[in-house]
Amino acid sequence: MITLAEEHLEEIGRHGERDYPHECCGLLIGSFAADGTKIVQETYPISNAREEEARHHRSLILPEELMRGERYALNKGLDVVGNYHSHPDHPAVPSQYDLEHAWPTWSYIIVSVQKGSAADLRSWEMQNDRSRFDEEEIAKGL
Amino acid sequence: MSVKISIPTPLRRYTGGQAEMSVDAQTAGEALERLSATYGDLRKHLYTDQNTLRHFVNVYVNEEDIRHGDGPATALKDGDTIMIVPAIAGG
Repeated sequence: MITLAEEHLEEIGRHGERDYPHECCGLLIGSFAADGTKIVQETYPISNAREEEARHHRSLILPEELMRGERYALNKGLDVVGNYHSHPDHPAVPSQYDLEHAWPTWSYIIVSVQKGSAADLRSWEMQNDRSRFDEEEIAKGL
Repeated sequence: MSVKISIPTPLRRYTGGQAEMSVDAQTAGEALERLSATYGDLRKHLYTDQNTLRHFVNVYVNEEDIRHGDGPATALKDGDTIMIVPAIAGG
C-alpha cells in the first residue's frame, strides 16, 4: 500500500498534463513503514532524460538525478520510496518495457493522460521474481 | 582488497535492511559477484539471464562510472567504495 495526499495525486496529474504528449517522470519521496507500506511526503519532478523522438513513449531518470533526489530526501530524513511516470494516451498499466526495467520494493505510479488531460492513476509494485507487476492500493492521506 | 558496497534502497529488502556490505575483491565485477553470492535473491535484479549487468544498473567506484573505466574488470584499491545506482526507465 502507498499513502499519498490529494495534492500529490494532483501534482503528478498536472506534471503529466504539462509534459503531454511526452512522458513525464519523477520521484516519490517519503518513508517506509515497518510493514513495508509507503507514505509519500513529497513528489519530486524530474526532466525526462530520453531523447526528443522517444519521449512520447519512454521516460528516463538518470542515475545522477536519482542520487540528487536521494540526497534531497536524506537531508529531510526521508527516502525515495518510488517513482511515477505518465502514459500519454495509454492506460495506467505497466508495459513490458516497464517490467523489464523495474526495481523491486519501489512503487511505480502511472498516470494515464488522455488527449492532454490526466485520467486514471494507479500504483504498481513488481514481484520479487520480476515476473509481473501487482497493483498496489493507494490510500489517500492528509 | 577490502571494499565497501553501498546497496540501493530497492535492494535492501534482500540484505536484511543493510545499506552497506564489506567484501574482499580485486575488481568491481568480483565485488558484485560476492554481494550476489551472499544475498542470492538480489542477483536477478543486477544481472540478466546471460550473466551481464542489466543496463539500468549503474556501478560507480569512488563516484566514477565503471563504464568509463574497464567495466566489471575495473581494478579496486583497498578502501574503495562501490555504489550501485539505479537508472529508472519507463515506457
